[in-house]
Amino acid sequence: MAPHASCAKRRAASCLAASIALLLLAMPARADVMDEVQPKMVKIYGAGGFRGLESYQSGFLVSDDGFIATVWSTVLDTDPIIVHLGDGRRFEGRVAGADPQLELALVKIEASDLPYFDLDKAAQAEPGERVLAFSNLYNVATGDEPVSVMRGLISARTRLEARRGTFKTTYRGEVYVLDAVTNNPGAAGGALVNYKGELLGMLGKELRNSQNHTFLNYSMPVEVFRKQAQDIMAGKSSPIIDTPADDQPKPAANPLTLEMLGIVLVPNVLERTPAFIDAVRPNSPAAVAGIMPDDQVIFISDSRATNPRLIKSCRNLREELTYIDRDDTITLTVMRGEAELKMMQFTLKAN
Amino acid sequence: MIIASTKRLLALGGCLAIALATFPARGAEFSSDILKAQAQRVEVIRKARTATCCIFGRGGRGGGSGVVISPDGFALSNFHVTSGAGVAMQVGMADGKLYDAVIVGIDPVGDVALIKLLGRDDFPYAEMADSDKVRVLDPCFASGNPFLLANDFTPTVTLGIVSGVHRYQEPAGTLLEYADCIQTDAAINPGNSGGPLFDLEGRIIGINGRGSFEKRGRVNVGVGYAISINQIKNFLGHLKSGGIIDHATLGAQAVTDSEGRVRIQNILESSDAYRRGVRYGDELTRFGGRNIRTANAFKNVLGIFPRDWRVPMTVVRDGKSYDLNVRLAGVHAKGALADKIKAGPPPKKDDGKPGKEPKDSKLPIPKLPIPKLPDEPRLPTLPTAESIPESVAKFYEHRDGYVNFYFNREEQKRVWKALLAHGDFSSAKGAWTIASQGPGDLPATFELADTQVSGALPGGKVSIKIDPADPKLGEELGPVGSGGMMAALHLWRRFLIHGIQNFGSVTYLGTMPIPDQDGLMDCLVGVHGGVEVRFLCHPTTGQLVALELFPAGDVDPCEIYFSDYNDHEGRKLPRTIHVKCGDAFDQTYKVTAYTFK
Repeated sequence: MAPHASCAKRRAASCLAASIALLLLAMPARADVMDEVQPKMVKIYGAGGFRGLESYQSGFLVSDDGFIATVWSTVLDTDPIIVHLGDGRRFEGRVAGADPQLELALVKIEASDLPYFDLDKAAQAEPGERVLAFSNLYNVATGDEPVSVMRGLISARTRLEARRGTFKTTYRGEVYVLDAVTNNPGAAGGALVNYKGELLGMLGKELRNSQNHTFLNYSMPVEVFRKQAQDIMAGKSSPIIDTPADDQPKPAANPLTLEMLGIVLVPNVLERTPAFIDAVRPNSPAAVAGIMPDDQVIFISDSRATNPRLIKSCRNLREELTYIDRDDTITLTVMRGEAELKMMQFTLKAN
Repeated sequence: MIIASTKRLLALGGCLAIALATFPARGAEFSSDILKAQAQRVEVIRKARTATCCIFGRGGRGGGSGVVISPDGFALSNFHVTSGAGVAMQVGMADGKLYDAVIVGIDPVGDVALIKLLGRDDFPYAEMADSDKVRVLDPCFASGNPFLLANDFTPTVTLGIVSGVHRYQEPAGTLLEYADCIQTDAAINPGNSGGPLFDLEGRIIGINGRGSFEKRGRVNVGVGYAISINQIKNFLGHLKSGGIIDHATLGAQAVTDSEGRVRIQNILESSDAYRRGVRYGDELTRFGGRNIRTANAFKNVLGIFPRDWRVPMTVVRDGKSYDLNVRLAGVHAKGALADKIKAGPPPKKDDGKPGKEPKDSKLPIPKLPIPKLPDEPRLPTLPTAESIPESVAKFYEHRDGYVNFYFNREEQKRVWKALLAHGDFSSAKGAWTIASQGPGDLPATFELADTQVSGALPGGKVSIKIDPADPKLGEELGPVGSGGMMAALHLWRRFLIHGIQNFGSVTYLGTMPIPDQDGLMDCLVGVHGGVEVRFLCHPTTGQLVALELFPAGDVDPCEIYFSDYNDHEGRKLPRTIHVKCGDAFDQTYKVTAYTFK
């Protein structure tokens, strides 16, 4: 290669570099943001890996003892869930709580002294503000490799009040709309932060507008999910998923069954088959109440008015019914819909 | 997309109004620091664009991008861009002119190609950065010809940040493995391939070539990958040899065990690593100058080396740590890589295909008009030599196993010319006598001639007869354990006397490091008498620094290191000759006198 030109050019180049460096110094130093955020990011691995459904997604720590905020998705439909921390340590986690309407889930690993985002100290952002999106899109990183970072702006802060059938999601709340392509496989559950490394929101799931087939890049602001997440961490959320050992329900003497209700579930083929209803017997209590095939049972509660219990699978639903007396009135919450998902509640009682 | 009621619109408008209020009104003064920085960035990008190329095959077949790296016209691109373009290409630059270019060398596994633009010796070019210094969040920009948009060859520039470094992307099909690459959210689209990724000072940090695509077809979704420029620097000497460059293998696999340690598995007994003592189960802690904590990290650093390089590594066994230097073999057997490329398209693979449409869509999907470009994942083929224009033909020479042997000859001439400057031995055709002090400070004398090489050494006498009509140097490897010291010295003399013209079969291999020395040495390879000998010359002084003799088979070569060059009757000769073979043979001879008959 020919030797570089004169000293003058070199001096000019270094002046250039110094000026640009000066400008960049006006922003918080790069090292601060990376050091603040990367250790709190986790990579989540679970169920899926076929038919366009990824088996991985992103999450971030929200407590020092291992609560991880992420999106509620099919990836979490397995036991255990594998979590990789930023330092490469691998943990087995379980879903500690979820709010399907927010599409929020909290995964718990058993650890201590972990770096985490304090949800009370999260920040807000205005349209036009520069932001960074941290996530493990496309599962580019594994083990101790840092997750990917994208740069963007807040385009708008608005409600995801879509027309019927526009977006296949139950979430209708506030979102940050972003101009960075955060809507990628595996990015959901990632962290939206500002340049100080403060948490702004959680990256949303892949949403595609069924009218014009454009994908939406959005993030759920922290203010929207903070309370629910903190309730789950405190163990006082509704719904509860795992009750402490001394609160375990006792099997009923004469338990309720699906047959009594007139509900037939889909065949139990996966490790954890979501509780989809395959058929409803005509004139059964379920049919009369308005439950329909293809409904997915999400929550169940009985007349004792304890908190509704989250239904994770077919097996789980059958098990929950064994704790309920056959004469008791129950409330089932289901998710219904193809293009548009809705949560509906039905109260019923076997005769 | 988002339906906002009037209330929402007002709220949104309110937000925007607040945002706008923080910006100065049109015509107001901006801080001069900002204006100056903006002007400087404009200048950096303007300059970077001048070095960016738009590459086309003859007749407009195929297309992609490239970047000029030296004023004589050498330019980098992707193998999958140039392979569709043929031997003779046409390259448009930002000045609007179209130049002829010729293929020089290719690295199919790493997806790199070197070409040379013709017709000028003052092409605008870009400097190469140190990509090991690149960090996540660093701003960067790509420059190239996405979607072949540029009718006037002015490149498209897209800005972003570095999203990740040392990323590993699995091979696409059977080739195109992107090890240790730079991930960026600067828009990389079809047509950007082969083009540069710059830092904000306008230096090349990588060559763009790949992206993660899935549901939206092959258009940018913020995840692009660039081959790191440091990897390309490792291959640059080899690429200039006009060859088809193979990547390196250790001859063993590394996997992460259940405790998170990286362990050696499946080690080949024929590998240099095995000869150096590495065994199954050893823990690998360092390789190629990096700490290794995952199997991916090992694959990453291995992927940046060409075959034949010697790299340091550290293994731990039973609590003890061992530092070694290992020779890396080629991933493919000799000639197999060229055959693989000639074979044509591979079986279909799933990277980059447009995703399936959701079954609930009732409306026709709007079709994005992506122009027809060579399918990136399809296995590219070797350039063919049909109908090369006159202007390019004089820069092309066909030879089996090479892409363009013309450049091999040019490198041979360059290296020989630099070596010749240290002494012309063409008239020293008689016997050479070398008096020295050998191991134990005992006297040792060598006598080198055309038909015989002999030595009176501390370990005993050794003498090898050589039949000039049929020298069988591979069979006489004395003294014992040296790997062929006498034969090596014979070939050293032969090379200095006869040079690249008459030594026998001589080719230029590329550049490579040697242990305990800085820099990359030029390597000429000679084949004579059934053995291969490598001559390693210093890149700046041109002096012969080392020589390696490879007899047939998987054995340690004889390595001779020459140093302390002094003037002797108008020629420079080494006063120290250090001979090694494997780990057992290590002798140093301090020359006291050279005599030429």
